[in-house]
Amino acid sequence: MREEKLSVDIENIVKKWEGKKGSLIMILHDIQNLYGYVPRATSLQLSNYLEVPLARIYEVITFYHFFKLEPPGKHLIQVCMGTACYLKGASDLLHELRDILGVREGTTTKDGLFRLEVVRCLGCCGLAPVVKVDSKVYSKVTKDRVADILSEYEQEAAVK
Amino acid sequence: MDKKIVFIKDTGISLPERTKDVYAAFLNGLRDRGMQDSVMAVRVADIGAYSQGVVIKVLPDTTYYNVKDADINRIIDSIKEGKAVQDLATRKEAKQLRIVLRNCGVVDPDNIDDYLARDGYQSIKKVLFELKTQEKVIDEIKKSGLRGRGGAGYPTWMKWNFAKQMAADQKYVICNGDEGDPGAYMDRSVLEGDPYSVVEGMMIAGFSIGATKGYFYIRAEYPLAVDRIQNAIDRCYERGLLGNNILGSSFNFDLEIRLGAGAFVCGEETALIASIEGRRGTPHPRPPYPSVKGLWGSPTVINNVETLANVPYIILKGGDVFARVGTATSKGTKVFALTGKIKNSGLVEVPMGTTIREIVFDIGGGIFNNKAIKAIQTGGPSGGVIPKDFLDTPVDYENLQKLGSIMGSGGMIVMDEDDCMVDIARFYQRFCFEESCGKCSPCRIGTAQMLNTLSKIAEGLGELSDLDNLRRISQAMQKAALCGLGQTAPNPVVSTLRYYQDEYEVHIINKKCPSKKCRNLLSYKIIPEKCKKCSVCMMNCEAKAITGNKDDGYTIDMNKCVRCGKCFEVCKFKAVSKE
Repeated sequence: MREEKLSVDIENIVKKWEGKKGSLIMILHDIQNLYGYVPRATSLQLSNYLEVPLARIYEVITFYHFFKLEPPGKHLIQVCMGTACYLKGASDLLHELRDILGVREGTTTKDGLFRLEVVRCLGCCGLAPVVKVDSKVYSKVTKDRVADILSEYEQEAAVK
Repeated sequence: MDKKIVFIKDTGISLPERTKDVYAAFLNGLRDRGMQDSVMAVRVADIGAYSQGVVIKVLPDTTYYNVKDADINRIIDSIKEGKAVQDLATRKEAKQLRIVLRNCGVVDPDNIDDYLARDGYQSIKKVLFELKTQEKVIDEIKKSGLRGRGGAGYPTWMKWNFAKQMAADQKYVICNGDEGDPGAYMDRSVLEGDPYSVVEGMMIAGFSIGATKGYFYIRAEYPLAVDRIQNAIDRCYERGLLGNNILGSSFNFDLEIRLGAGAFVCGEETALIASIEGRRGTPHPRPPYPSVKGLWGSPTVINNVETLANVPYIILKGGDVFARVGTATSKGTKVFALTGKIKNSGLVEVPMGTTIREIVFDIGGGIFNNKAIKAIQTGGPSGGVIPKDFLDTPVDYENLQKLGSIMGSGGMIVMDEDDCMVDIARFYQRFCFEESCGKCSPCRIGTAQMLNTLSKIAEGLGELSDLDNLRRISQAMQKAALCGLGQTAPNPVVSTLRYYQDEYEVHIINKKCPSKKCRNLLSYKIIPEKCKKCSVCMMNCEAKAITGNKDDGYTIDMNKCVRCGKCFEVCKFKAVSKE
C-alpha cells in the first residue's frame, strides 16, 4: 500500500520534470517538500524511473546540506550562525539549546519533538542573533529566553 | 497614482510598544487633512533603526527619529508641501543613492502593473526597437563602466562580448542568486523587493549575447525570493514579455528557476553550472571560461543579481549617466549589508567612493553601546578585515583589494573592541573548511590544517612557528587551489595576521585573549574586597569549582573551572573578575 502511494507521488513529480535537462536536484527538492526528507525507498524508485544508478542520486543528496536522509522532528529549530549572529552570541544560544534538549545539532530529540540545526545565514542580520522555530523567527534572542521559547512548543504538544 | 508611502515603527526599548498609537495618530492627522488617499502609512516590523524612539520614514529619503506626538502633524503638513521638516529630519540618508534598490519598498513586488508604472520594461523596449543591435547594447554597458557585483568585479560588457562573439546554436544566461556569504543579504532583498527589474536585466543580457534561455539559480533557503521571481516570470509570460516574439519583435527568451541546495561553493560559476545540470556542485578548472563553454557546453554568461538589477537603469538612462556616479575605476553604486556591532544595521546603497567612515558613522549611526570600533570586515569568508586606521578609505574595488580585503558581494560587518581577531579568523576558516567541496587537495587539506592551527592558538596551545605555517599554507592555497573558494579562503587569516599579529602573539606567548573571547584562555577570580559573600556564584557553579563559606569568602579552582562564565554573570557586585 505504502509502496504504491510512494510510486504514484514519485511518478507525478518525475512527470512534472520530464523532458527538462538536469532536473535531478529539482526532483529531490520536490520529494523533500513532500516528505520532509528523502527516504531511501524513494531514491531506489527514482533510480529505476530515471535509469540512473542509486549511487549517482546519493552522490548528489549527500553533497548538498539541504537534503536530509532522516525524517525531521515535529519542530525544526534553526540557530543562525551567520557572522552577525555569531558576533552577537549565537554560539551561547546553541550551547543552551544543546544543554536543554540534550542533542547535538543535526539530530532530533528522542521524543521526536525538536530537531536542532545550525544554518549559515537566515538573511535577517539586522535582528541578530536569530533563532527560527519552524517558520517563526525569534529575534535578538538572549540565553535566558531560550527555555521560554522551547516551552511554547512543549506546552502546545502537551495540550494535544 | 503616485502615493506617498510612510513607514512607522517604535524602535524604543520601553514597553508597551507605541507603534500602534503613533500609527493611529498619524491616520487621524491624514484624515483631518483629507490626505488619506494620497498617503499610505505602513506599520513595519523592521525599519533599519534601533533604540531611536518612534521612527517615521517618508519614502524615498526622509527619516525622522525620536518623533514626539506633537511632531506628527508637522510631519504630515510637510508631506503635503512636499519637503522635509528641516529641524526634525536627520539627513542621514543624504549620502545614500538608490539605483539598485530604486524600486525596493516602492513597487508591489507581486504586481507587474506597479512596475510598469515606474518605467518597467521600457529598457527592453528601448533595446528591441531603438538600439536594435547587440553591439549597441553592449556598447552602452561598456560606457557605463559596470563591473560584476558578485565579488571579483570583472567588467560586465567584456563578459557579454566574449559570449556574443561565440558562434553557437544555443547560449544561456544565468542569474547567480546563490548568495551564501554569512552576513550578506543584498541579493535576497533585490529578488524579493524588485523581481521584475532582475527579470528585465536577464532579458537584456540574453538579447546582447544571443541567448534564448535563462536560468535563475536561487538558494532554496530563500523561499520568498523564489516565489516572487516565479510570479514575476509567470506574469511576464502572460503579458508577452517572455516567450516567443517578445513585444512583437523577433526576440525569443525563456526563463526558468533552479534551486540551490545549501552548498556555498555553488556560488562559484563552474560549480553553479554543475549544480544547474543536476550534478554535485564541484568546480572545474578555467579556462575554458563559461562564456566559451558553460552550461551543457554552450557559451554562458553568469551575472550576479545586483549586476542585473543595474542593467535596466543603465539602458534607460544611458551609460554615461550611470558613469557619472562613482570613482575612476568603479562606477555606480554598491549595496552593502551593514551588520555587526552597529546601531542602525540594514541595507545601505552608496555611490562608489564613499568612505568607510561615512558608511559606518554617518549612515550606520556608529557603534552599538558606544564602544570603540576595531575593524570592519568585507567580502565574507573570501575577504579580510580592515582596521579602524583605514576608515577614511573610499570604497571601490581597487582600494579594498590594496588593503587585503575585497568588495565581495557586499557584506560589511562592523567589529568592536570586544571582538577577537583570532576568533574571527577561526570562524571564517571553519566556514571554509565545512564548505570546501573536497575536490582539490590545497583547499581540502589547507582549510583543515589552518583551522586546526587556529584552534590550537585559541586554546592556548599555540607556538610562534604556527604563524609561519599559517602564512605558508595560505600562500600554497592562493596559488594552487582550483577555484575562487580555495584561493580566497586564506584571506581572513592573511589579513588578520597582517594587521593584528600582536594579538596572535599575545594568545601564543602570554596565553591570554585581550578581547576575552577565547574561552580556554580566560581565568576567573573572586575579588575579596568586592565580595559580599552571598554564595550565589557557588550555587550557580555547575562544575563545583567554587568552594568556601559565608565567613571566609569563596575561591575558584581554575583546574576544575570549565569557564562557562556563569559566576561572572550572576554576581551582582562585580566581584568576579574575568581575564
